[in-house]
Amino acid sequence: MSTGTLIQFVLDVLSLGSLYALMALGLVIIYGILKLVNFAYGELVMVAGYTLYLLNATPFPWLAMAAVAILVSIATGIMTEFIAFKPVRAKSVTAVLITSFAFSTLLQNAALLFISPRARNVPLPDIFTRSVEILDVVIPIRNLITIACVLLLLSIFSFAMKRTVLGLALRAAASQFRMARMVGIPANMIISLAFAISGLFAGVVAILWLGRIGSVVPGIGLEPLLVAFIATVIGGMRSLLGAVVGGYLLALIDVSFNYGLSQNLLAFRDAFTFTFVILILLFRPSGLIKGHEAGQRT
Amino acid sequence: MLDKQNIGSICILILPIVALVVIAEVIDVRLFSRIATILLINLILVLGLQIFTGNSGILSFAHIGFMGVGAYTTAVLTMPSQMKSMALPDLYMVLKSVEIDPILGIIAGGAVAAFVASIISYPLMRLSDAAAVITSFAVLVIMHTVMVHWSAVTNGPRTLFGIVSATNLNTAAISAIIAVVMALWFKESRTGILLRATRDDLVASGAIGAHITHLRWKAFILSALYAGIGGGLWAHFITSFSPNAFYLRETFVILGMLVIGGAATVSGAVFGTFAVTAAFEGLRSFENMINAAQILTRPVVGLTEIVLACAMIGILILKPGGIIETSEIGELPPWNNLFGRK
Repeated sequence: MSTGTLIQFVLDVLSLGSLYALMALGLVIIYGILKLVNFAYGELVMVAGYTLYLLNATPFPWLAMAAVAILVSIATGIMTEFIAFKPVRAKSVTAVLITSFAFSTLLQNAALLFISPRARNVPLPDIFTRSVEILDVVIPIRNLITIACVLLLLSIFSFAMKRTVLGLALRAAASQFRMARMVGIPANMIISLAFAISGLFAGVVAILWLGRIGSVVPGIGLEPLLVAFIATVIGGMRSLLGAVVGGYLLALIDVSFNYGLSQNLLAFRDAFTFTFVILILLFRPSGLIKGHEAGQRT
Repeated sequence: MLDKQNIGSICILILPIVALVVIAEVIDVRLFSRIATILLINLILVLGLQIFTGNSGILSFAHIGFMGVGAYTTAVLTMPSQMKSMALPDLYMVLKSVEIDPILGIIAGGAVAAFVASIISYPLMRLSDAAAVITSFAVLVIMHTVMVHWSAVTNGPRTLFGIVSATNLNTAAISAIIAVVMALWFKESRTGILLRATRDDLVASGAIGAHITHLRWKAFILSALYAGIGGGLWAHFITSFSPNAFYLRETFVILGMLVIGGAATVSGAVFGTFAVTAAFEGLRSFENMINAAQILTRPVVGLTEIVLACAMIGILILKPGGIIETSEIGELPPWNNLFGRK
């Protein structure tokens, strides 16, 4: 393999992996605290995408539009908690899984009904379509933006989790929810905060993801959701670090399949990856990186 | 085993099915019998999901995948060979000349679905809670991917056409009645009772010697058999379909019927199927009416799903166990309940 191909391969893995890691982190931060899976997670990406589309006609600069899209995604995240999680989360696990699935269908069909079943182009700045040449390799600038953005966000996030009171409270709630409540951490606020962070990540993912594909459809949320599932399962459902590692590992697997598999087999790539997920769950049910022992579910 | 009370439940649960067939015969409107047939096929699918999810307490998304397995199996086995060379030009030589009776085909579809389920599900039955749900979701995605890309048998993502039309209201009704009886029988069988014990308390049931994995596995196979047969009946009714018919939308509808009715009881499954179908068809005709009147500039789509989703969330908030939560219809005579005795 030549140096050029190697650089291309590494950058492909890194940029795709950064996206995957962010998707996984947004899902796992809720799982960590509530021990529940949010099936409506992918729809946060969809909501951010449609916000961007609806703002297309406005005269605001693109960065402002992106910021509004991310804010809407955060708001939807908090709304998910109030509509689908809060009323049922004390009653049964199955009920919450179904309500979040129902909420996801609700949002998708609302997009179908009020906007359109067809793909809609979103506004993107020029920089997303340009590319640079490093060592005779053409690299799209959006890949570099993705890597930079995600690394920045991840370092801010990990700093906040380690050094701020809110981060400490979040981590405490994730490992021992009941104990955390006893020492005075407001449970509902922490859970809403987790959903807000999840919405923030989904919003950023949406902007970067749309930078790759350029248009939004009602079903756009399925792929980020699946990716987040696989990455968290590979990395470990209970550990935030695990989600990030899982994201990069999944990108490595996917990009390697892209480079290595023949065209016929490539069509079955999803089936291969999911078989891989099932195998990992069978032999290491808690993923590659073990987090804290599961505390009590709320 | 089934006792006197269960016989009562069976009679009451069969009643709406029989009534549906009689009404369809009397009013003789093509649209009505079409809806009734789809309802009865959906009933079989919902009952299949109830057998696993209701008795074991584990949500399964994989179910609709097995419906697809059944549908494609019977489609390939029963299609006339002339048709096959057109609809499935790349089919394997061995299967090209096979042409069996649709009833045998549907049974074969169920058997193949159950066989596939028995192989892939045993290790998965060790998982509980979120891990179990994610793996069942993974199984659905895997099966969908295979159906979309295995062009030789499924015609790829394109529509497979030319399937023999064999299902009518009567076959669907007879199958649905058998399905109801079998579901109740399973619930009251030794396996069913032990499985419900594992649902209510995993640790305690394990301590008294219930083989949890094995029990769940048995229920999963029976559930896949239902799904396969339901899929076969559906295939011979619709006669042309694509893999997208067996994915998240169908999963959502079937799950909605079960959850709204009540997952833990067979009565809940039956009630949910009838109630949701009625609401769905009402809304759909409302949607069509708006579209026909052209009040809005664009066609209205997705309204039915939105209402179903709201209903699901609402019911789960108010009654997490569904409308018929614990005891079957007809299990206790009404005067017993009146005085609060159980």
